[in-house]
Amino acid sequence: MSAATVLESLQQQIVPAAGAATLSHDSCLVFQLAPDELVRTVRRLKEEFGYDLFLDVTAVDWPADALRFEVVHHFASSRQPLRVRLKTRVAPADPSVDSLVKLYGSAAFMERECHDMYGIVFRGNHDLRPILLYEGFAGHPLRKDYPKTREQPLVPYRH
Amino acid sequence: MGLDFYTGKLADAVNWARKFSLFSYPFVTACCGMEYMSVAAPKYDIARFGAEFPRFSPRQADLLIIVGTITERQGPALRRIYEQMCEPKWVVAFGVCASTGGFYQNYSTMPGADQIVPVDVYIPGCPPRPEMVIDGIMQLQDKIARAKHPILTKTF
Repeated sequence: MSAATVLESLQQQIVPAAGAATLSHDSCLVFQLAPDELVRTVRRLKEEFGYDLFLDVTAVDWPADALRFEVVHHFASSRQPLRVRLKTRVAPADPSVDSLVKLYGSAAFMERECHDMYGIVFRGNHDLRPILLYEGFAGHPLRKDYPKTREQPLVPYRH
Repeated sequence: MGLDFYTGKLADAVNWARKFSLFSYPFVTACCGMEYMSVAAPKYDIARFGAEFPRFSPRQADLLIIVGTITERQGPALRRIYEQMCEPKWVVAFGVCASTGGFYQNYSTMPGADQIVPVDVYIPGCPPRPEMVIDGIMQLQDKIARAKHPILTKTF
């Protein structure tokens, strides 16, 4: 399938269910989703469109917005020349989305990192221990309200 | 009077031997490691200063060279390696990250390895030129030559 064909079929089949879509840099289709549509959309991407590679999950902190955190998933396909980006907004009171562990095993570690850095809770990922941070680290350092000079040393400083 | 004369000379002789037989332990964590390799390789050749012998066990080393950025999470490992080294021991901070944290100021980076281990010589630079590293080693040798270690000055 060419990029144009993939784009067309994705837009026709996913867009009505998932909301607005835009094409970024001629190579990445961007969807804005509601959190409860996430797993259903990802399953369709994987099973019907051949998106077999889960690239990354990260988040964006928009401190002024009511739906403060934007959780961003990236997918690629080994068969199609078009990437897919899914954006989901969640509120700071309950910053949780469904986990993709059941669809992609690699999601386990990437969701742990996102949980470290932004405090996003992935429902269904039962191992959200710190992966890049350490036990006892308070807060989430990539949130905008984390003071940029705040350090939490594991060994007490000498001076 | 005679005793003073002999201990003084003994200290000089021991310090002379020590300063030309530095067994180093490179604690290499980041890009400065490339520059460390350059210093250790034949072109710049720190072997000329008696520091040619990297030991990959801290128990056999007396010079800890901290090469690169130290993160908070590496702190316990670095502290433990320092404590495993036998006296007498010296520490060199290689590069600006090991000296002060460099351009990092955030949750993950330790602002200088001297926050958890005592450092004798700081070599700035990002990364330091091999000439600067050799200059640092020579300054450390001067420091060792002036040392008054208890094993030389104390009566046991």
